[in-house]
Amino acid sequence: MISLGIESTADNLGVGIVSSELQVLANYVKIHVPPEGGIHPREAARHHSEYMGVAIKTALEQAGITIEEVDIISYAQGPGLGPCLRTGATGARALATYLNKPLVGVNHCVAHVEIGRMTTGAKDPLTLYVSGGNTIVSGYESGRYRIFGETLDIAIGNCLDTFARAAGLEYPGGPDIERKANLGKNLIQLPYVVKGMDLSYSGLLTSITSELETGEHSIEDLCFSLQETAYAMLGEITERALAHTGKPELLLTGGVAANKRLGGIVRDIAEDHGAIPYVVPIRLAADNGAMIAWTGLIAYKAGHVTPIDESHVNPNWRMDQVKIPWRD
Amino acid sequence: MERLVAKGAEADLYLVEWNGLKAIRKVRKPKKYRHPDLDYQLRKTRTNHEVDIIHRAKDNGISTPLLYNVDNENGIIVMEYIDGIKIRDLVDQLNDGERAKLFKRIGYFAGLLHRSGIIHGDLTTSNIIKSGDRIVFIDFGLSEVNSEVEKRGVDLNLMNRMLTSTHFNYQEKLLEAFTEGYRVSMGVEAEEALTRMVEVSKRGRYIEKE
Repeated sequence: MISLGIESTADNLGVGIVSSELQVLANYVKIHVPPEGGIHPREAARHHSEYMGVAIKTALEQAGITIEEVDIISYAQGPGLGPCLRTGATGARALATYLNKPLVGVNHCVAHVEIGRMTTGAKDPLTLYVSGGNTIVSGYESGRYRIFGETLDIAIGNCLDTFARAAGLEYPGGPDIERKANLGKNLIQLPYVVKGMDLSYSGLLTSITSELETGEHSIEDLCFSLQETAYAMLGEITERALAHTGKPELLLTGGVAANKRLGGIVRDIAEDHGAIPYVVPIRLAADNGAMIAWTGLIAYKAGHVTPIDESHVNPNWRMDQVKIPWRD
Repeated sequence: MERLVAKGAEADLYLVEWNGLKAIRKVRKPKKYRHPDLDYQLRKTRTNHEVDIIHRAKDNGISTPLLYNVDNENGIIVMEYIDGIKIRDLVDQLNDGERAKLFKRIGYFAGLLHRSGIIHGDLTTSNIIKSGDRIVFIDFGLSEVNSEVEKRGVDLNLMNRMLTSTHFNYQEKLLEAFTEGYRVSMGVEAEEALTRMVEVSKRGRYIEKE
C-alpha cells in the first residue's frame, strides 16, 4: 500500500510518499524563507499554493510512480497556522476527490512521533519534540499520546529564531547559534524557568535580548549561554518525565533535534536512566511530508478515514486529543 | 545499610539509617549534561529552598518530612523516611468515594500551602504521600515563597496536567474534589487562582480556544 502525505503546517511545504513496507519512497520539502522577519502565515500559504503542484510532481518522480499507484492521500490537519493548513488540505481534498482515493487527516505532532518510531525502531519511547512551534514531552498511555510537559509560552525554536533575528544571525536561528556557541566559553546568568515538567522561554528570550543590547558580551558567549540554559531546561523536564513514566526509550525529534549539544544531553539522560536514546535524522525530524504519509497509512490500516465534510483543518488540535488505535 | 530507592530528575534518594532512625538521604548529584556553574548554582539553591520551605510549611500546619541534617555545599539532605504510598500509585486502588475524599484533602492542603505564601513548584501526585492518616508533601526543590496569583495558577496547572496525563480516567472528578478542598483553605483568594489555572493551561501554543 502506498500513501502520499502533504505537510503544510508552517513554513515547510512537504510532499512525501511511503509504502507499507516501511519505505520512504519520496520526501520532497520546499521551504518558504521570509524576506524579513518571521513567518507570515498568509505569505507562507501563498508560497505553498504556488508550489503545491510542483511538489506533488517532484515527489512522484522521486518515488518513480504515477499518481494512480497511490492508495491513500494523507494531509496534516493540524495543529499549525490556519492559512498554511488550509492550503495543504485543499490540495489533499482535490487529489482525493479527483482520484477517488481515501483521504486521511493526520495530527502533525503525532506524525513526528510515528515517523521517529518508524525510522529508529523505537517501540515505546518518551518523546521530546522540539521545533519552531512546539516544545512537548509526550508518551503513549492507554490509547493516546499523553502530554507530560510542554512550554507555557513560546517554543524553543521560536526563542532561538527571535534571538537570531535580533542578533543579525541567519534564519532559521538554530544552526548559526550552534556554530557560534561552540566558540563561546563564558556563561552569562540567565533566567532558568522550569515548573515541574513544564518550562517557559519568554523570560529567557527577553533577558538574552537585553544582554545583547548592552554590547558587553561577545556573540559567541551570548549564543553559548542561550544554548546552555535553554537546553539544560529541556534536559531537566525530559529527565523528570522519564523518571515519572519509566519509559525504556527516549526519542528526540523536531527541527531542533539537529542540534548536537541537545542530542548529547538527551543521550546523557537516557544513559543515566538506563533508557535507549534515539535521535531522528534531520530529514525526517524537521517538518516533512513523509511523516504525514506514514502516519496516514498506519491510521488508515487501523480503520481511520476522514470524510470530505469532516476534513476542515484544526489549527489548535492537541496531540492528546487523538485516539491512537494502532498501538494497542 | 544504604539502598538507592528512587532516581528522579532532581536527585537520587537513598534509604539509610540515621542515629537509629530509618531515613532518606537525598543527594542532588552533579548533572554532567549541565554547565558546571549552572549545575552548582541550581543544586545549591534548590537544596537551600527545600530546607527553608519545609520549615515554613511545617509552621503552617502542612505535613512534610522532618529534617535531620543538611549539607548544602554538596546538595545533600537527610530527612525522615515517610512510610506510605505515593498518591500517584494510590489513585487506581481506591473507589470513587475514597478518591473524592482524598483529593478534597489534597486540595485543602495545597490551598494551605498557597495561603502560607508557598508555591510548591512541582505539585503532582508523585510528590504527595499518604502515610497512615497523614498527607505528606515532599520534594520542595522547585518551591519558592511567593503569593502572586500567577504563580498559584501555574502551580495548580501542574496538578491538573498530572491529572490529565496520568490519571486521565478520573481527571474531571479528581479536579472537582481538589478544587472543593482548595476553596475551603484558600477562602476568598481561591477563585482568582483557579481562574488563572485555566488561563495558564490555555497559553500553550496549540490549545482549543473556546
